Amino acid sequence: MTLDNKPLDEIGLKAWLLAVAPKSPAQARCQRAYLAWRSFRSNPIGMIGLCIVSGLIIVAVLAPILTSGTGLEPNLGNRLQPFSWDHWFGTDQLGRDIYDRIVWGSRITLYIVGLVSIIVVPIGLAIGTVAGYLGGWVDNFLMRITDIFLAFPRLILALALVAALGSGIENAVLAIALTTWSPYARIARAEVLSIRKAEFILAAQSQGASSARILLRHVVPMCLPSIIVRLTLDMAGIILTAAGLGFLGLGAQPPLPEWGAMISTGRQFLLDQWWVPTVPGIAIFVVSLGFCLLGDGLRDTLDPKASDR
Amino acid sequence: MQLTKTVAARTFASLSSQLRVLSSVAVTLLLTFIGLTSVTFTIGRVMPADPVLAVIGDRAPQAAYDRVYKEMGLDRPIYEQYYRYLGELSRGDLGTSIMTSQPVLEDIKRFFPATLELSTIATLIGVLLGVPMGVLAAVNQGRLLDHFVRIFGLIGYSVPVFWLGMVGLLVFYGKLDWVAGPGRIDVYYDGIVETVTGFILIDAAIAGEWDIFHNAVSHLILPSILLGSFALAYIARMTRSFMLDQLNQEYILTARVKGASETSVIWRHAFRNVLVQLITIVGLTYASLLEGSVLTETVFSWPGIGQYITTSLFNADMNAVLGGTVVVGICFVGINMLSDLLYKTVDPRARS
Repeated sequence: MTLDNKPLDEIGLKAWLLAVAPKSPAQARCQRAYLAWRSFRSNPIGMIGLCIVSGLIIVAVLAPILTSGTGLEPNLGNRLQPFSWDHWFGTDQLGRDIYDRIVWGSRITLYIVGLVSIIVVPIGLAIGTVAGYLGGWVDNFLMRITDIFLAFPRLILALALVAALGSGIENAVLAIALTTWSPYARIARAEVLSIRKAEFILAAQSQGASSARILLRHVVPMCLPSIIVRLTLDMAGIILTAAGLGFLGLGAQPPLPEWGAMISTGRQFLLDQWWVPTVPGIAIFVVSLGFCLLGDGLRDTLDPKASDR
Repeated sequence: MQLTKTVAARTFASLSSQLRVLSSVAVTLLLTFIGLTSVTFTIGRVMPADPVLAVIGDRAPQAAYDRVYKEMGLDRPIYEQYYRYLGELSRGDLGTSIMTSQPVLEDIKRFFPATLELSTIATLIGVLLGVPMGVLAAVNQGRLLDHFVRIFGLIGYSVPVFWLGMVGLLVFYGKLDWVAGPGRIDVYYDGIVETVTGFILIDAAIAGEWDIFHNAVSHLILPSILLGSFALAYIARMTRSFMLDQLNQEYILTARVKGASETSVIWRHAFRNVLVQLITIVGLTYASLLEGSVLTETVFSWPGIGQYITTSLFNADMNAVLGGTVVVGICFVGINMLSDLLYKTVDPRARS
């Protein structure tokens, strides 16, 4: 009896994960994930990014514990205080604790980023995979539309859209999503073209699987790694656009502690109370940088071909 | 005889392939313009609950409402309205701005040069510094300079430009007083120089008003360095990656084996093959700076098209917003397509 065939509790987790011949599809999947993690772990840049991004998520989840208030109630007796033990990042023009607002604002940032992703990825995947798999005039038609959206000026179009729909987080998200999905369709299509003639697709086809099943069960999973890498790298751009819209007064509305809007309202205090608009800017920078670094690391792990760029 | 025939045949083949590229780009360009205008059309005429109210306000009498409704062609089918919209656009009729009560096109003519001036100088900074930086990073791959370029690029992708502009103003204008503050020129110089090109630097130089020229430079320097460093980060990163592609190829090895000097290998062999790709990148950067200037202009109170669009937006001046969007959009798409076209016609590698 070889080592590979022993049950998990006899050989230990690590050996199970590194077994030469996995016994079940589940084990194979765990092994692949483990190997990817090992390669990712040795990448310092990616690890820093992972720390920042998971830090953001933890802060957002634990916001009620980490703060003493909601960061929304004004306290005019306490305006524009500098850094102190009571107010780590000082207070703003309405006497609200900036630390509290930054912590609660992390939820808004995650909300925006998450919402954009769940709109953009399915649209891009659907259009890209269908175009690539079916080919012919469908491909031509869908890719023309993608090209048109790819060539659009993103920020200005988002501005015009928000102008028509009215300001607010949801409309900002919609505007960003509408101008962001096209590269995902391109990526998905390229991936599909490279595997369309692969043997496992042929096998599924000859077993009588429908196009929908092949696309969903076999093609989409193959596209996911490159889509995820691109999404992570795009996150910084999404955060910056959302913050920019907030800064212009078109995104989240006061008193919501959205970081871009905080910079905008704190702008008039720049000369004398520099921390009011500066701290939210640093928060935006750190979080965007985190996503950039994580994306870089993921790309090195999942897509080594492109890692030179 | 044989020789000239093959040369002629080859020229003809290359010409026809260039024509094919040209026509495919033209089709894409046309489709993109149709897409762009249908989006702005949708935003302007279809999305608002009632476009008439947006023009005459909600206290106008019913008769006036009906008249405007007819005038705007809202009783016609949607495709006819769109066709009419295209007609107006092609005549340069972007409607009248509510805010300035002038034709939107006139407003844009007044504001656009400021944006052009800023983004042109920013692009120049980005190219003049970014290209050598990218080349040096590629040559010194994995060494200190390379890491520096990489980190600089990452920061460029993560810093909010409006925030950096604010901090820049605080430090260099507020604290150190090295540069002039927001705006394009000091108020007391405003309107002295006759507008010839719309570029203050050129106009001041033509008029020989060197005080004004200096003042304008002092206003321009901070925003253009700021925008320029974003351009620089992108250009340097792309230059590096293009150069690495070339330096790993065999003809470079051949050149080295033949005893070509390192400078000649880098600049005469590798860099020359990167040039066309680089021009495309510079085109893209220029287009995105034109578009991305909205935020910078807000921070620096720069009287350009970005600020025009945002202030119109807050005054619910939809004609101005959409007019600005269409003009910037057309420039953006045009520059993108031009650089694409250039790449495809000049570089034989992109034609296959």
